[in-house]
Amino acid sequence: MSDPVSALKNAAYTAGIATISEMGAVGMITLRGDLASKPLQKAAVAAAGVELPAQGTCLTKGRGGMAWMSPDELLIMCAYADAQATLAELQGKLSKLHALAVNVSDARALFEVRGPRAREVMAKLAPVDLAPAAFTVGMFRRTRIAQVPAAFWMPEDDVFRVVCFRSVAQYVFDVLSVAAQPGSEVGAF
Amino acid sequence: MSTRLATGGRLVDTSKAVKFRFNGKHMSGYAGDTLASALLANDQMLVGRSFKYHRPRGIVAAGPEEPNGLVNLGSEGQFEPNARVTTTELFEGLRAESQNHWPSLEFDVGAINKHLSRFLPAGFYYKMFIHPRPLWKHVYEPIIRHSAGLGRAPKVRDEDTYEHFYAFCDVLVVGGGVAGLEAARAAALSGARVMLIEQNGHWGGRTPVDGGEIDGAPAQAWIDATLAQLARMDNVTLRTRTMGAGVYDHGYVLGYERLTDHAPEKSGPRHRLWRIRAGHIITATGAIERPLSFAGNDIPGVMLAASVRDYVVNYGVSAGDRTVVVTNNDDAYLTAFALKHAGLDVPAILDARAPGRDSDVMAQAKALGIEVMMGHGIASVKGGKRVTGVAVCAQAGEGAVLREIACDAVAMSGGWSPVVHLWSHCGGKLAWDTVNACFSPDPDRAPQGADSGQFVSTAGSASGLWQLDDLLNDAFAAADGVLRCLGRKLPRDAKAPKGNRRNEAPMAPVWLMPQGASVKLREKAFLDYQNDVKVSDVRLAAQEGFVSVEHAKRYTTLGMATDQGKLSNINGLATLAHALGEDIPAVGTTTFRPPYHPISMAAIGGEARDAAFQPIRRTPMHDWHEGHGAQWEPVGQWRRPYAYVQSGESTHDAVMREVTNTREKMGLLDASTLGKLVVKGPDAGKFLDLLYTNMMSTLKPGKCRYGLMCNDNGFLIDDGVVARIDADTWLCHTTTGGAERIHAHMEEWLQTEWWDMQVFVANVTEQYAQIAVVGPNARTALEKLGGMDVSKETLGFMEWADGEIGGFKVRVYRISFSGELSYEIAVDAGQGQAFWDALMGAGTDLGVMPYGTECLHILRAEKGFIMIGDESDGTVIPQDLNLHWALSKKKDDYLGKRAHLRAHMADPDRWKLVGLETVDGAVLPDGAYAVGTGKNANGQRNMIGRVTSSYHSPTLGKGIAMGLVHHGPDRMGEVLEFPGTDGKTYSARIVDPVFYDKEGAKQNV
Repeated sequence: MSDPVSALKNAAYTAGIATISEMGAVGMITLRGDLASKPLQKAAVAAAGVELPAQGTCLTKGRGGMAWMSPDELLIMCAYADAQATLAELQGKLSKLHALAVNVSDARALFEVRGPRAREVMAKLAPVDLAPAAFTVGMFRRTRIAQVPAAFWMPEDDVFRVVCFRSVAQYVFDVLSVAAQPGSEVGAF
Repeated sequence: MSTRLATGGRLVDTSKAVKFRFNGKHMSGYAGDTLASALLANDQMLVGRSFKYHRPRGIVAAGPEEPNGLVNLGSEGQFEPNARVTTTELFEGLRAESQNHWPSLEFDVGAINKHLSRFLPAGFYYKMFIHPRPLWKHVYEPIIRHSAGLGRAPKVRDEDTYEHFYAFCDVLVVGGGVAGLEAARAAALSGARVMLIEQNGHWGGRTPVDGGEIDGAPAQAWIDATLAQLARMDNVTLRTRTMGAGVYDHGYVLGYERLTDHAPEKSGPRHRLWRIRAGHIITATGAIERPLSFAGNDIPGVMLAASVRDYVVNYGVSAGDRTVVVTNNDDAYLTAFALKHAGLDVPAILDARAPGRDSDVMAQAKALGIEVMMGHGIASVKGGKRVTGVAVCAQAGEGAVLREIACDAVAMSGGWSPVVHLWSHCGGKLAWDTVNACFSPDPDRAPQGADSGQFVSTAGSASGLWQLDDLLNDAFAAADGVLRCLGRKLPRDAKAPKGNRRNEAPMAPVWLMPQGASVKLREKAFLDYQNDVKVSDVRLAAQEGFVSVEHAKRYTTLGMATDQGKLSNINGLATLAHALGEDIPAVGTTTFRPPYHPISMAAIGGEARDAAFQPIRRTPMHDWHEGHGAQWEPVGQWRRPYAYVQSGESTHDAVMREVTNTREKMGLLDASTLGKLVVKGPDAGKFLDLLYTNMMSTLKPGKCRYGLMCNDNGFLIDDGVVARIDADTWLCHTTTGGAERIHAHMEEWLQTEWWDMQVFVANVTEQYAQIAVVGPNARTALEKLGGMDVSKETLGFMEWADGEIGGFKVRVYRISFSGELSYEIAVDAGQGQAFWDALMGAGTDLGVMPYGTECLHILRAEKGFIMIGDESDGTVIPQDLNLHWALSKKKDDYLGKRAHLRAHMADPDRWKLVGLETVDGAVLPDGAYAVGTGKNANGQRNMIGRVTSSYHSPTLGKGIAMGLVHHGPDRMGEVLEFPGTDGKTYSARIVDPVFYDKEGAKQNV
């Protein structure tokens, strides 16, 4: 095997009102199942290293964490190298349950939008209320970035992490960069 | 002449001169000027020619309602046609050119049309150009197209950028005049999130020009204080140069912000389109003054009275030295006062009314020594390119001239119309206000949201109110009402500010001046300046039977120009009503549609241009393909290599080479785009048996099966190979374009119909790079890389296995869409390029070459394999394609089964799939129809079949095709005729669709 190659090889744009960077390969596991099931919760928490996220939220620890995707879906994040082992362990624990866990690490690209204007950059592309009082650290939103599906959350103030499909990584990087172009401050928040 | 005054001009900074050019002529204005005020300051009253008669036209208004002052702005990548001089802020180096003139603005050949105006009445084009028909296409249309439109279309790519912004608020207030400011102030007191947008670069609307007192002080003091208060509040967003363009369902509003139009040197986007979701919308959009319809009311120098006042007060610019004011209301008197105050001459005020006693302003005018002529109006305006005087007549008469007054400007006022556009966009209805002769929003028939609740309210003049005190009270009440709707409350001590009141005489409706104007006068009384519609045109339309205002509008083109009838609509429909003998409300208005004022197309596009125009999906090997001569084919949003063209080759050469090489040696195909859906659960087998027409539950782990999917109407929607992974897991391949669609199809059935099934689906399409290793040398290459056993014995045809090849963790499917020995190998996407490189390396001695989608198509067509989208088109069922073998007879049910029993589906006359082989080896045109004997009911030749796929096969050295033919399989050997669009007729024989290796021996080795 070669070293894993992320879609954009850690591309970055730093000339604008917020910095845009591809975060490189990150481990991601889609888990579908009954989120009320105790064994499933236990297995997910063990795999993600964080508590079970509430509806519409994401708990982050370093590069890892867990996001609530839908009433029957979680996204578990971990180091890329650990994804396969984590998945195997998870599948082992879930073998008696009706659940589906698959590795989607390579199917995704992950971006970070950072800076005091990060909210504005995101609000140019996603139909989401990003006012500081409306979208806070820890919230997670599945939505779109311009013309493609995406999800994002704020692991901390002034930082967004944006997940999209690998095939459109270049497009998402391009639209984020355009949205962050110099002189495009909005002053809305 | 129009000129800059020594004093006045509250919006201009006279210490900052700004240079610009108009029609190449150097001119100078001040910072804060609009292009309109700067042109007037340079005595450039003539700014354009009208559309139809090329009449000289001057600036009429001072705001977005301006019909005449349209210019081509800038050049090259910054070129903008139809820029309105009144809404264009002046900047250093601005270049503007007037439109619709040839050869020059001063001397225009097209003006000859005005002498032909008797022959160019309403509906002229409809009447003249309808017959004879052939002349329309070859003579009339090119001429009309040449003369149509005012501005030029840009020829060079726009060099600016644009963006969108999503905003959310509880209350959106549109319009930053005193009513808007008060509504925003009151709403914000409740703690609600308030957004206030104003189209101009300054706040306060008309009030600073018109004067008045609020809470006992000059209005400006209240405006400043309120603005400061709003700016301090965290829950308030204020935006200038942001116009409310349209109101849509669910409280959605488009705001159009112009960021650098006034300062092109600034970096960043030029326009920003605000996509606002508001809990409630308050439109405080003010009102627009109406012209009066008298002969010569379009001669440069005739302007709206309030606009004349705006130029004096806001910009220190006079429209003329001697201005006659003509009016039917008190408001226009303020213009006379402003002119007098600026030291200019007002020889007379012609007031069409004849009230019993003087109102405040009448008395004031007389006290200032202005001659006030009650009951009088204008018979006609004197002058050509500029007003030289007016002929005065009695309003009640037919236009007998009583005397002439020399003047160089006329300030007219026909009353005011509330700006009801935003109220009306989502269905708000209007009521006729007989006192003020205008349509006002009817609060009892407001725009309603999904919950039947009102979601748009009006405030101030937009409600049809005119006294300062009324405006403020209305705005406060609007905010109060809105907050109640939103479940919020005003603070107990909140109250509206107190505005002063004027003692006014009521206005009197005047739709024609004089009221009995002769035809000759009516033919010079313009309603729509931009489209040259006159009172006589609307009357003619009425005479010819156009009773509906919508029909009359289209017949006369009234209100159809770029100003969308902001000045002409009410006068036009009043004229129509009068001609029809109807009441104005019975005639009604035309429909108000967004945008309120034109917005740039680029703002609508936002960031979607250049690289970001649309998402292009790239496989992990995209860059490699690009570097190796790939000609791209769009497949859905993916780009797939169509062929890899080597130097010296045509695309066709490349495709032929790829086919031959794959058949004889070895080819690599990037198959990553094929959809891959994991379906897992105790009921997964049952679920797939219902989705696919054939049986998937009986598939053994480790095996693959080709499957068909129909929708519930029985039509073929997708196909692909399904692999059983383990006891309760299947992996379903879909077509490239089908991944998302079939995933959604599965979820829909699971979530809405079969919610009791225990099945989960995940789309893992992009997790893998999938590479098809195809051809006689495929196995040798894989063995060379080393790893898992890929022999026929261990990994047979239609089997799959996990393992390692060349150190890569892989899943190998022995499936073939080419008819050759073939392995489709999936690796994690992040390994895709490395694995591709490894395969290319291993294949170097074995003749490996990448191949593209056209080669793929030919390979499959030679084998008679169908392609979704070629052989299927949404109306084709599996039986049409002779795929009966894939329709399970063992299953009780599957999607499409019952539909296949319908009479039309079971009809033996349906066209069926066959192979087609041209008699001379040529390639049949794709999509060509086979003609039969006789004609159908429409006199067209009967069709008996059509070509669904057609290629040149290098393997067979001739053209091969597939097609759907009436009773096709029963007509083997028959020769059909296919007329092409190239004038030739192609003859093709019906043959078996499998042209190559019918036994399937080559793929099963």
